[in-house]
Amino acid sequence: MTTHPTAGPHDYSGPPDFSSERGEKPAPERADLLSGDHGSFDDHHPPAQELLDDCVHCGFCLPTCPTYALWGEEMDSPRGRIYLMEMAEKGEIPLEGAFTTHIDRCLGCMACVTACPSGVQYDRLLEATRPQIERNVPRSRGDRLFREAIFALFPYKRRLRAASIGGALYQKLRPRSMDRLVAKLPSRLAAMESLLPPVRVRDAFARIPARTPAVFDPAHPERRGRVGLLTGCVQDVFFHPVNEATVRVLAAEGWDVIAPREQTCCGALGLHAGRETEAIARAKKLIATFERARVDTIATNVAGCGSSMKEYGELLADDPEWAERATAFAAKVRDISEVVDETLADPRARRHPLEAKVVYHDACHLGHAQKIRSEPRRVLRSIPGVELVELPEAEICCGSAGIYNMLQPEAAGELGRRKAGNIRGTGADVLVTANPGCLLQIRKYLEGELPMLHPIQLVDASIRGVRPPEMG
Amino acid sequence: MVDAAMVREFTDLLSENGVITDEVGLRSYECDGLTGFRQVPALVVLPRDAQEVAGAVRLCAKYGMPFVARGAGTGLSGGAMPVADGVVISLQKLRRILEIDVENRRAVLEPGVYNLEISKAAAPYGLYYAPDPSSQQVCTIGGNVAENSGGAHCLKYGFTTNHVLEMEVVLADGSVVTLGGPTGEQAGPDLRGLFIGSEGTLGVCTKVTVRLLQTPETVRTVLADFPSIEAAGDTVGDIVDAAIIPAAVEMMDSLAMEASEAATGAGLTVESPAALIIELDGPADEVEAEFEHLTAICERHGATRLHVPTEAEERQKVWKGRKAAFAAVGRISPDYIVQDGVVPRTRLAEVLTRIAEMGRDAGLRVANVFHAGDGNLHPLVLYSEAAGEHDVAEKLSTDIAELCVELGGSLSGEHGIGTDKACSMPAMFSEDDLGVMHRVRLAFDPDSRCNPGKLFPTPRLCGERPGKYQPHPLEEAGVIERL
Repeated sequence: MTTHPTAGPHDYSGPPDFSSERGEKPAPERADLLSGDHGSFDDHHPPAQELLDDCVHCGFCLPTCPTYALWGEEMDSPRGRIYLMEMAEKGEIPLEGAFTTHIDRCLGCMACVTACPSGVQYDRLLEATRPQIERNVPRSRGDRLFREAIFALFPYKRRLRAASIGGALYQKLRPRSMDRLVAKLPSRLAAMESLLPPVRVRDAFARIPARTPAVFDPAHPERRGRVGLLTGCVQDVFFHPVNEATVRVLAAEGWDVIAPREQTCCGALGLHAGRETEAIARAKKLIATFERARVDTIATNVAGCGSSMKEYGELLADDPEWAERATAFAAKVRDISEVVDETLADPRARRHPLEAKVVYHDACHLGHAQKIRSEPRRVLRSIPGVELVELPEAEICCGSAGIYNMLQPEAAGELGRRKAGNIRGTGADVLVTANPGCLLQIRKYLEGELPMLHPIQLVDASIRGVRPPEMG
Repeated sequence: MVDAAMVREFTDLLSENGVITDEVGLRSYECDGLTGFRQVPALVVLPRDAQEVAGAVRLCAKYGMPFVARGAGTGLSGGAMPVADGVVISLQKLRRILEIDVENRRAVLEPGVYNLEISKAAAPYGLYYAPDPSSQQVCTIGGNVAENSGGAHCLKYGFTTNHVLEMEVVLADGSVVTLGGPTGEQAGPDLRGLFIGSEGTLGVCTKVTVRLLQTPETVRTVLADFPSIEAAGDTVGDIVDAAIIPAAVEMMDSLAMEASEAATGAGLTVESPAALIIELDGPADEVEAEFEHLTAICERHGATRLHVPTEAEERQKVWKGRKAAFAAVGRISPDYIVQDGVVPRTRLAEVLTRIAEMGRDAGLRVANVFHAGDGNLHPLVLYSEAAGEHDVAEKLSTDIAELCVELGGSLSGEHGIGTDKACSMPAMFSEDDLGVMHRVRLAFDPDSRCNPGKLFPTPRLCGERPGKYQPHPLEEAGVIERL
């Protein structure tokens, strides 16, 4: 391959990120929006007209939109969806029908926010639109039951554990004849079935200690502080080793790690699906839990959770009792890669070499939603022996997108296969990504082809001087 | 009008997913990047390959339907705006790169391939595709052919027409013809050249063979601030007089820089009245020698800052600052119109002074971003729809385009005439000129079903300008609905 040493506009390293300065744009005053005619939307926080006006229809968002990449249809692009929101806001089209279909098909990956030169806050627009649909559009009985089932299962660790035993038994004992039965399941249930990861019952029931003291290091007797760890729902049950690795790395780097036993779901899954009331209740509960834990930092190793926890301030802005507490909570939230990255200037734990060609997949809720791209890469590069390779079409979602791969299995399947093809093409030894949803989704399309880990597991292995068992 | 039998025929050809008939879907196609002009189509179809495009065009012929081919819909002259009771043929499912012929430095593409994707696919071989419109990450090669698009580097490398060797085109009757040839040499009239820039009025392009260039050995870029627009303009003149042919010479005024800086943080000096981005490329020794000469010229004209990015990343940042400028204007103004005109390079300072005066008279701000090397201006007229300034802005924008013609230039450098400027064509061409263009068009498309109403002035269009969509009172009352 010929590389061009001093390339300017001839150097193509992916789409430009126009979103870096987005923070300067003031958020609209929510109170202003409580009155007035909002067409087909109700009066409870409809998508703000001034946010809709930001879109100038330039189309820069189109190439990175997963559904536009798949189908090339205007109404399934960010520009098209904003146009639809505008028509609904004017009352020209109803929410029921085509509007709901096209908004439902959005993965909420926020690649368009990264791509937008005009600073359109599509994330806010979508988060305002989805609850409107949940409140005002009756869903078919099957759709409703399926959604209820998801939200009755995934946010509850205990239920997930029970399901995981069932799943483990099922995977072990599943008779051949089941294959035919599964083939007959409706596509959504089949999608759910095929996403179930193999889980060791021991992992599913293991608990993270409520308190893990920092590893004592005579060279650095003072601790870095108290970090609270969100253990997560799916993460803790299906990817327990990731949490264990996280705790070990944090402790080795001089943090006291607090993992409150009573913590429950952060509400991210519900929030991203428009279940606002539920998300608000979960947010309050989690804030109270971590207030009691008196921590300096709240760390998460799940991109989706971190993204919604950082938005608690906006979620609870209307509630005078909670607004300030939510903002204070949100200000403490860090992705694990941010926490570890900050320690790189002055690391305490020695890294042992780990020879591997590693491909890093940007989880949308980390890269697009939280703008965290360089931190995990720096953290991975700090491991001697690691060769980090980049993924073509890195900005396009893998199709996981929270519960999307269960609700829209066909689109998710196409995206999953596309992502798997790109990963295969890199010839990497291991794939790392910081979201359990992505791991489940990608695993489905790359089963057994290469090991998949959370980046923190590589850091942990390097600190401990072992090779992750998954990597053989 | 659309009837069930016709929809069935399209569906049989293109499958259920390839035909859009519902109101919400149709309305999302009612405009392209120029949102002031809107027209809901009767039907949108999405063929998957060239054969299906030809089939769809044949069905349009059978039912006497006018049609518009559409790429990414990023055009800024309303060229892809649908035709009333017409069909939109979206080419967004034709996105395959069919061949990269490294040895002969050619690429064969479907029309929906994004401009930037060509260079990405060619990069591993040390090749790239030269025309680079600011929207290159999203605009398609088919749209580039229709508009004869340029870009920052067209000063040295030319427009789309200088890089397209051969095309497969579906004519209005559904016949498929090849224009041009794989080597770029052809006997007889240059029909390839005729088709490029015809804005979809001669047919639909379904396959394009483009020339790829070798990535230059060295690229040097300078971002130079100047105390006045005139000083920047004179610098450009002196660079050309010194027989230096830069790959690009771009100028931005302070308002444009303010917008772009807010969006990208590219490091532009917002307080500076004008800045030039000049890029040289080619063999290392040549570039180094010319670069020294170039910076000396900038300094002679009082450049207040010369920023020479050394890292590729830094250089990209500067270019990001330039290329994001149009869309970034959304950050300093609720609405704006992007104008596109050309003046002889020697009259740059004059036209900018006149534009500033016209803006003052109209009470509107005008930001300027342009390809200074070839006199291609992009004035951005800032206005507020909510404050009722649309009509004044529209008029100012048209006056600016016609001013360019008055100064011996052109109505459009690269964005096309489309819907936006069709009525200004008589300012630039005589009746006989327009007559011959029209006869050429009829030779390709005798029934005028390919993108009618664009490019050429028509009485309907120019008697009553469509303007920004406004609901009919009966529509508002819910008595009628627009489909």
